[in-house]
Order: sequence, then structure tokens, then C-alpha cells
Amino acid sequence: MSKSTESLSTPMARVRGLGAAKSGTGHFWLTRLTAVANVPLTIAFVVIVLMLAKADYAAAMKIVGHPVAGILLLLFVGSATVHMRLGMQVIIEDYVHSEGTKIVLLMLNTFFAVFVGLASAYAILKVGFGG
Amino acid sequence: MAEFNLPKNSRLVEGKTWPKPAGANNLREFRIYRWDPDGESNPRIDTYFVDLDDCGPMILDAIIWIKNKVDPTLTFRRSCREGICGSCAMNIDGTNTLACTKGMDEVTGAVKIYPLPHMPVVKDLVPDLTRFYTQHASIEPWLKTDTPAPEKEWRQTPEDREHLDGLYECILCACCSTSCPSYWWNGDRYLGPAALLQAYRWLIDSRDEATGERLDNLEDPFRLYRCHTIMNCSNACPKGLNPAKAIAEIKKMMVARQY
Repeated sequence: MSKSTESLSTPMARVRGLGAAKSGTGHFWLTRLTAVANVPLTIAFVVIVLMLAKADYAAAMKIVGHPVAGILLLLFVGSATVHMRLGMQVIIEDYVHSEGTKIVLLMLNTFFAVFVGLASAYAILKVGFGG
Repeated sequence: MAEFNLPKNSRLVEGKTWPKPAGANNLREFRIYRWDPDGESNPRIDTYFVDLDDCGPMILDAIIWIKNKVDPTLTFRRSCREGICGSCAMNIDGTNTLACTKGMDEVTGAVKIYPLPHMPVVKDLVPDLTRFYTQHASIEPWLKTDTPAPEKEWRQTPEDREHLDGLYECILCACCSTSCPSYWWNGDRYLGPAALLQAYRWLIDSRDEATGERLDNLEDPFRLYRCHTIMNCSNACPKGLNPAKAIAEIKKMMVARQY
């Protein structure tokens, strides 16, 4: 048996803790929404990448510069990075229990997702608007 | 971080091998987790041999036989011996289940028995379930109404009553919650499958008037949404219930009231 000397709080006080955050449903819904969006968008992304693999530099610029490809790539980047951030957030919350480390990692997770998303979008838009 | 390594003094060591019963020909080997709270010793695995010609067919029969005939210090909970009280929940052959409803013939080789996983151990096969029971209490498992009580009973259609099937049978044995990795890592904040199945039992009860308040108390990234549909709970349940589905239904209710 764990001989806890940390606190004399009652079991109910511990279970209730800080109370229900009254949130989580938005996170849950957005994870599912982006998951569904990722299905067609990932297929589009793979098709575009396969087309790029066969193209030389000029042809590749032309493919990515096409409005349909550009918009699909932007949607993919948006949906995938949001989904990535949500998923990694859950993993951090699952496994990192030190409050300080957890907050820092959650911040870095958001920074990383925003940076990757914006850098990708910037590259796509640059090509789309003529480099 | 999550506990990937066992805490100090938790590493299992090989324990005592108890003598085989004299004159017995039909033996079954049992390897059972032992830990004594008195002293600093590590938990150990003791080996026992049960005379099947002198013992009932279930795992519970065997450990009662061991306690009566071989080692009276072996400690475990048991009561009804028919799968209705939930006392004898333990990890048998790698799965959380009830010793009284698990037959020895369902296990091949030596029968390995441990306490329910990732709970504080009181002694041997007895886990400390204080937090588990408190989590159940925290979902307020009783009928809540503002309408004055009717003269007779609160009425319910047979169809509405059917919604409770597959939920009311839960005996709170803790097999599901203690099989859930998410409960292992975050059991202090995640309510776990048993408490959530019980919560759903009251959410779906047509007579209850506190549905919104109940959902409010569950709407939390940890209390409810730590369920990652791992499904160990539904695999483990010795009553054949489906806590994972009950949790999914709660999530659907959460979404339904948003849109």
C-alpha cells in the first residue's frame, strides 16, 4: 500500500480536484473533424507528391502553382497541422505529469505546429503567386 | 512522467515453492503474487501445487484450497463465489477477471495470479480501491429529480427501461478500470471506464432530471476525454458489458448538446 504522507485530504476532495473544466468537447470534435478532412486531403497530397516526383523543376513549379493543387495543399497543411497539434497535446497530457514540463511542452507543441503550418503555407503561396 | 519502470522495492523476486500435497496425482501449478506490507521486502511470486481431485473447478476454489490446506497467510478478497459481488477481481493469466467465474480449464500451463494492475497493494491480491469507489460516488449514482416524488413509483416505459440493460449489471469489480492504460497513467483525474459506465447508466435513465448537470460534471479533458478507445475495458469485463461504448455514448451526448 502506498504510504502517502502528502496530504490528509479526503478521497472525495482528491477525486473532485479542481472540478470539471467544462471543456474538452471542442477538442474532441475538432480532432474528429480534421481526421475526416485528412482522408481526402491526404489522398490529394499523395497524388500531388507523386506528380511532383516525375516532374523537373519548371514542371513542379507549374503543378504547385496551379490554383487547385495550391488550395488542396493549403487545406491539407491546415487540417494536418491542427490535427497534429491536438494529437500531440493529448500525448503530452497523457504521459507528462510534471506541471512545469507539461506547460513548456504544450507551448512548444503549439509553436511547432504554427511554425510548420505557416512555413508550409508560405512556400505554397510563394510558388502559387509566382515565386 | 508516466511510470514505465516499477517503483523501488516493487521489482518481483522469486518466492517460495510450497511442497506438493502428499499422495496427489492430479496437480496444477499456481504462481501467485505475494506482498507483505510489514517489512521492506519486495513482492515475490510463490509457487503452489493444487490437488485437483480435492478441489472445485474454478480459480477461486483453488486459491481457497491453498489458503485452507497449504498457506493460510495467502490474502485475497472473496465473497459470493458466483460473479455478483465483484470481490475476487484479480489478474489471472494476464487478464483482469473474477476468480470465481474463471475456470482452471480456461488457463493453459501454470496459473499466474496478480492483484489488479497499477493499484496500490494492501496485501497479496488485495488492492486499495478507495479512489475507485470514490470516483463512483463522485458521479452521484442515484436518481436526481426536482419534480416532487409521485405518490407511487417514478414511472418508465419498458422501452426506456431497456436502455439500462448492459449498464445496471455492472458489479464495480474494477476489472475494466484497472485494465485501462489511460487509467493507469491518469487515474487521479480520469474517472475510468467503470465510473463512466455508471455515469451513463444515470444519464440515460428517463426518470432522471439532472442530465445536464451530470454532463457538466463530466465535461473535462481528463474526467471523460482521457478515454482513447483502447477497449481493454470491454475485453476485460467479466460480466460481458461494454464500458467503451457507454463512454462513446457520453461523448456523443456532449457533442449533441453543442449543435
